[in-house]
Amino acid sequence: MNTAIVDPMIPVPYQVRSFQKELSDTFTIELTPASGRRPFHFKPGQFNMLYAYGTGEVPISMSGDPADPSKVVHTIRAVGTVTDTLMALREGDNIGLRGPFGSSWPVEAAEGHDLIIVTGGIGLAPLRPAIYHVLKHRKKYGKVCIFYGARTPEDILFRKDLESWRGRFDMYADVTVDRGTGDWAGPVGVVTNLITRGRFDPHHTVAFVCGPEIMMRFSVQTLNGLGVTNDRIHVSMERNMKCAVGLCGFCQFGPTFVCKDGPVFRFDRIQKIFPVREL
Amino acid sequence: MVQIDGLGKLLAEHPFFRGMDDAAMEVIAGCAANERINADTYLFREGGAADKFYLVRHGTIALEFHVPGRDPVVLSTVHEGEIFGWSWMVPPFTWTFDAKAIELTRLVSLDAKCLRGKIESDHSLGYDLLSRFIPVLADRLNAARLQMIDMYGRP
Ligand SMILES: Cc1cc2nc3c(=O)[nH]c(=O)nc-3n(C[C@H](O)[C@H](O)[C@H](O)COP(=O)(O)OP(=O)(O)OC[C@H]3O[C@@H](n4cnc5c(N)ncnc54)[C@H](O)[C@@H]3O)c2cc1C
Ligand code: FES
Repeated sequence: MNTAIVDPMIPVPYQVRSFQKELSDTFTIELTPASGRRPFHFKPGQFNMLYAYGTGEVPISMSGDPADPSKVVHTIRAVGTVTDTLMALREGDNIGLRGPFGSSWPVEAAEGHDLIIVTGGIGLAPLRPAIYHVLKHRKKYGKVCIFYGARTPEDILFRKDLESWRGRFDMYADVTVDRGTGDWAGPVGVVTNLITRGRFDPHHTVAFVCGPEIMMRFSVQTLNGLGVTNDRIHVSMERNMKCAVGLCGFCQFGPTFVCKDGPVFRFDRIQKIFPVREL
Repeated sequence: MVQIDGLGKLLAEHPFFRGMDDAAMEVIAGCAANERINADTYLFREGGAADKFYLVRHGTIALEFHVPGRDPVVLSTVHEGEIFGWSWMVPPFTWTFDAKAIELTRLVSLDAKCLRGKIESDHSLGYDLLSRFIPVLADRLNAARLQMIDMYGRP
């Protein structure tokens, strides 16, 4: 049951329960309802609109465990006005929240298939809830592979999670960096290289892809080259948003509203609008 | 002959030569040798004679660029099932980067002089080889471009 949405346009006050720095420009906040209202459920891939009072509002995906609705977790990269303000938040500070909104990673439809997760940079944050879900229901999936790309070893997000996924016997996780620095002894090169090295059955594979759009474009090409068709590839489109509920038209392209019909789309359904730079 | 059969089998199992016909495979196996290189050892250095190309059977090779006064820059790593070294096809046949084993690595090397000789007398073999090399080169070029644009950088 979703108890967070009262009027989807009015932000509800939340308090920062914890703040954790992940990387030099990336942090994770855990939020709790300021008024003691009940926690809400969300699906992997959904997002909230976070309102930094006096500054503005931004869409941010949930990055926590969907099985634990008591924790509202967001991982944010500071890239501009609002996200820089959010980075200054500390325990006990208040922000506004609307949500959850949008479509989700089709974790249930992917059951019975091999699952390939291709991600890069901050793109791992919107996918982490899907990974938690899949690992909780591990037996329902065939092979599970995670391919993650980062700029340098210092930019690897959720390193502890990646290490623990890598250490499991029932899945495959690999990380590559664009530039090897320090004593990095792992792969160097783009994340698409990992896809071609992975051993999975492309004809029975579902792929979830999230990262910078250019990374997603090349990942889709690589998956296609291996035989994974566009109806089995899902991507998350991050376009600017205002209302997040399909009212203002800010994110609209033809009949498609990225906020309401997305952000997670089956690739064959948006491949025409995918290359459009600004909606 | 036994050795060539063994190498022919290794080559035929490598993804780079997948689907090549047996006769061509045997000709190429005549130029092949097994190699093993220990971790942290250089296989070749920039400027040296590019007299071979390599298929990785197991292990990891780092392709590095040496910048004076700085630590070497790793351009990419090459893994099991992949190939490296195309300078043997392009005059003046010298390496344009260093290759170092990150871990104990097993390779099959193909002697460039021997291969060039076989291609001279059998152009269809050259065509087959080129049509295998070009997709690899195109992939590497695309990958290098993506690395260059710093796609994870601040928007
Ligand atoms: C559905 C959805 C989910 C998202 N989930 C997350 C998340 O989990 N974590 C996270 O860190 N970010 C996420 N984002 C991106 C985040 O919303 C933007 O980074 C944020 O809106 C930037 O606002 P700002 O005021 O800080 O920066 P601005 O000052 O508005 O912009 C700074 C720079 O960032 C660029 N930019 C703005 N929005 C985006 C965007 N959506 N994608 C790429 N570049 C952008 C601008 O072009 C500009 O160059 C998500 C976006 C969407 C649409
Ligand atoms: S953001 Fe208003 S319609 Fe999508």
